[in-house]
Amino acid sequence: MGDPATGTVYPYIPNSVPAIRAGMLAEVGAASSEELYDVIPASIRLDHPLQLPGPPLSEYDLRRHVEGLLASNRPTSEVLSFLGGGCWPHFVPAVCDEIASRGEFVTAYHDGERSMLGSYQAQFEFQSMMGELTGMQMVSTTTYDWGTAAASSLIMAIQITGRHEVVVPASISPVRLREIRTICGPTATIRVVGHDANTGALDQAALRAAVTAETAAVYVEVPSFLGFLEPGAPVIGEIAKAAGALFVVGVDPSSLGVLAAPRTYGADIVCGDLQPLGIHMTAGGGNAGFIATPHEDRYIATCPTLLVSIVPTVHEGEYVFEWANFESISYGLRADSHDFAGTAQTIWAIVAGAYLALMGPQGMRELGETIMQRGAYARARLAALPGLRVAFGGAAHFKEFVVCFDQTPLSVAEINAGLREHGIYGGKDLTADFPELGKAALYCVTEIHRRQDVDRLVAALGEVLR
Amino acid sequence: MTARRRQGQLRERFHQAAWQEPLVIHTGQPGRRGMLLPDAGPEIRAAAGDVLSPVPNSLRRAEPPGLPELSQPEVVRHYTRLSQMVLANNVSTSLGLGTTTMKYNPVVNELLSRSPKLTELHPDQDESTMQGILELLYRFSAILAEVSGMERFTFQPAGGSQGILANALMMRAYHASRGEAEQRDEVITTIFSHPANAAAPATIGYKVITLYPGPDGIPELDALRAAAGPRTAGLMMTNPEDTGIFNPRVAEYVEVVHAAGGLCAYDQANANSILGVTRARDAGFDMCQFNLHKTFGVPHGCMGGAVGATGVQPALVPFLPSPTVEFDGTRYYLDADRPLSVGAVRSGLGNIGSTLKAYAWVCAMGAEGLRDAAHMAVLNNNYLLQKVLAIPGASLSFAATNPTRRLEQARYSWEQMAAETGIHTTSVHDRMIDYGVQGYFSSHHPWLVPEPFTLEPTESTSQEELDEFAAVLGRVVDEAHQNPGIFASAPHNSTAGAPVRQGFKPAMTWQAFEAIRDTAGT
Repeated sequence: MGDPATGTVYPYIPNSVPAIRAGMLAEVGAASSEELYDVIPASIRLDHPLQLPGPPLSEYDLRRHVEGLLASNRPTSEVLSFLGGGCWPHFVPAVCDEIASRGEFVTAYHDGERSMLGSYQAQFEFQSMMGELTGMQMVSTTTYDWGTAAASSLIMAIQITGRHEVVVPASISPVRLREIRTICGPTATIRVVGHDANTGALDQAALRAAVTAETAAVYVEVPSFLGFLEPGAPVIGEIAKAAGALFVVGVDPSSLGVLAAPRTYGADIVCGDLQPLGIHMTAGGGNAGFIATPHEDRYIATCPTLLVSIVPTVHEGEYVFEWANFESISYGLRADSHDFAGTAQTIWAIVAGAYLALMGPQGMRELGETIMQRGAYARARLAALPGLRVAFGGAAHFKEFVVCFDQTPLSVAEINAGLREHGIYGGKDLTADFPELGKAALYCVTEIHRRQDVDRLVAALGEVLR
Repeated sequence: MTARRRQGQLRERFHQAAWQEPLVIHTGQPGRRGMLLPDAGPEIRAAAGDVLSPVPNSLRRAEPPGLPELSQPEVVRHYTRLSQMVLANNVSTSLGLGTTTMKYNPVVNELLSRSPKLTELHPDQDESTMQGILELLYRFSAILAEVSGMERFTFQPAGGSQGILANALMMRAYHASRGEAEQRDEVITTIFSHPANAAAPATIGYKVITLYPGPDGIPELDALRAAAGPRTAGLMMTNPEDTGIFNPRVAEYVEVVHAAGGLCAYDQANANSILGVTRARDAGFDMCQFNLHKTFGVPHGCMGGAVGATGVQPALVPFLPSPTVEFDGTRYYLDADRPLSVGAVRSGLGNIGSTLKAYAWVCAMGAEGLRDAAHMAVLNNNYLLQKVLAIPGASLSFAATNPTRRLEQARYSWEQMAAETGIHTTSVHDRMIDYGVQGYFSSHHPWLVPEPFTLEPTESTSQEELDEFAAVLGRVVDEAHQNPGIFASAPHNSTAGAPVRQGFKPAMTWQAFEAIRDTAGT
């Protein structure tokens, strides 16, 4: 077999010019690049040229091809969408897109504490700002999403307490629960506690029964996946602590301009998702998790992500940033660790930091307020429609709420199909995951939804249900 | 500007941007703001009333968060300055970051990934409204199936480590389906495989057995034979390993584990030497994972977003994470009704922006291009290897006992140089930066190779850059002999001064830093 090089000069491969390539082969003493592969025996060689569709595409043809594929998507920006439930439609400031597309951030790795001060500083600033939002002093680098952050928080609690049971609310996101079962299931028992059908309040009697001397953590979400705000959060924390368990709280950080820092109502570990903070949804690609805790050794020692610490330099008042725990996680301990740290979602931590700097305390407060105002308006308008009911009417809500369609002959899938005809994506269908809610959908209303949008939804629903 | 560079000429007066930029939380003035929120309008405000009054007191924020108050130009300048203090791959070659495959990330792919047709998709929107992305994912699964010899791929894992986790989960689910999950509680890996091959299975409860290399740098087959048995769930290994050494008997390793009833997962995070040359299936593996942010031209984003694309043989398809992307001849759809599946490892469709970039990279390269990229990566590495080994005091790991060509990367040692000069590999790393090249990767732990450094030029590095990089190493070694004092506070021409670690405790927020400082001060 001869040298397979085709003589093609590739724009992405500087040394593909035949003369350069030939010169380099001569320098390494090989007649062909094939010869460099002598070590791979014929028995495991690929026995045919790769069969891939089509010839290599020029940049122009590539754009036509990929844009052609994407053309058949109908994204939320082309319709009116009320889908949320873990991936939310928010306004993304242009500054966030600008920062997110800087080639210096996009094309860097992390192995350069001395030569990448800027990205490390952005990471540390993000951590400090998330500390302010959550009331915590220790903040992780990113996890893959909220679900992995929640699962990791529970594994921290399992290690810290030496116990092997965790309690989660029945209102938890089904996807997050699946992620928790995947990661914690092999080493822990997961107990699920229900809530009041009107207020959404966690069933404290059931919680007290579920919490035992084997409980490592009690996990709640504020706001809950179903949109209501847990009124008993401080008591739940006390119940957990009285049993020697940790109180873990999952949050949507876009609420934290108006809602309390979870530390103030007793959280030991806070986790959540960064996607609301200036990051496009990208069908879930924009999700990124975080973990925040008090600055205590037991949390620092068990946090399953790489940690970035500030360090003073030889110059007064100057700082650099370094990995703080390389030796205590799998990079140092391999199988003796409780994590599988690696590349996660760092670019989104940088963007979330820029978003928080842009918004400031005033912007975050106004964001929380306007989301709640628009949600309240939408709930009232929908509740007034014949045949519809907004569940958990006795609870305060943030961003999302449950609409029940039991009094209508149509299924949620049929209603959403009808709404699509009107250019509207209705709420996420909860029918399969929350059968106790009947025919229900989770509607999401944020700062991007105007009064006219809600009115249009109401009118369309009226027609679909007629 | 300067005149055209001569071969191996150094950037003697290089200086990285050093903005002395304060932390963003220490900038701005009270009352400033960077963004106006859209106004809800009088009707909504009137109808909503005081929305905070129903919120229980304990959940209401009493004090505003201590975020900075900045105007928009201040935010833009701050983050742009920070970006200028990052020696990224677009700025300077990162060929020293072995195992990471820092190849060129085509700019057009960035542009394509920023299309609202992609970024404004919600994962739960009806399949009929996202046929485009589902078709792309389905096509790309078929492409990677051809590249690996596997049957199907999932793009749900959002990093290589999560892809490895998915493989470990599938091993367990497979054995559970045969009633052997309890019995098969051991996973075997090798010390030169990425740490996640040990850590991910351990996290889900596996006992992990680690094979060490023999004199030739290759994991010992006899040790595998001794380890494999009725308790073996599977083998998780890399090849070529971090040393750049290809294990030519890999198929025998697979046979040993198969004979014991275990499965074999090929960690092909970095497959940059073997595209179009040899495949996971050719060596008999049951599953594999590609890090699209390495081999397939997707940028690293300072450490993510990423994709650990995970592929399996036909018998394991039922165990893949859910949902999978399916095609019924006319439409693409998501299938979550898969009772044997390991379930969701991540929410949404995964990092589809990164997956799109990888697909676009393959489209631009073509089948021959993939193979030519691999060949070029190996040629670049062997060219650089020759230059590096010409530097006094540098050596190649396992060189005496394993003369085979290193493929896309190589692990070297400064053992001799360090013994002669007292300058260690970490100091060389810090000094290199003064000449405008990114520092190199030493090694994953443990450091079996003393004073290690690991280089991986990829196919994207020009001959001039290879020469320059080797010349920088040569200069730094000269300095180690002639002027060792220069290393103590290096780098000198970078973004900030040397850290003072003595007596310092880690602080992950400014609040923690202040608390530690105040405690120490009292």
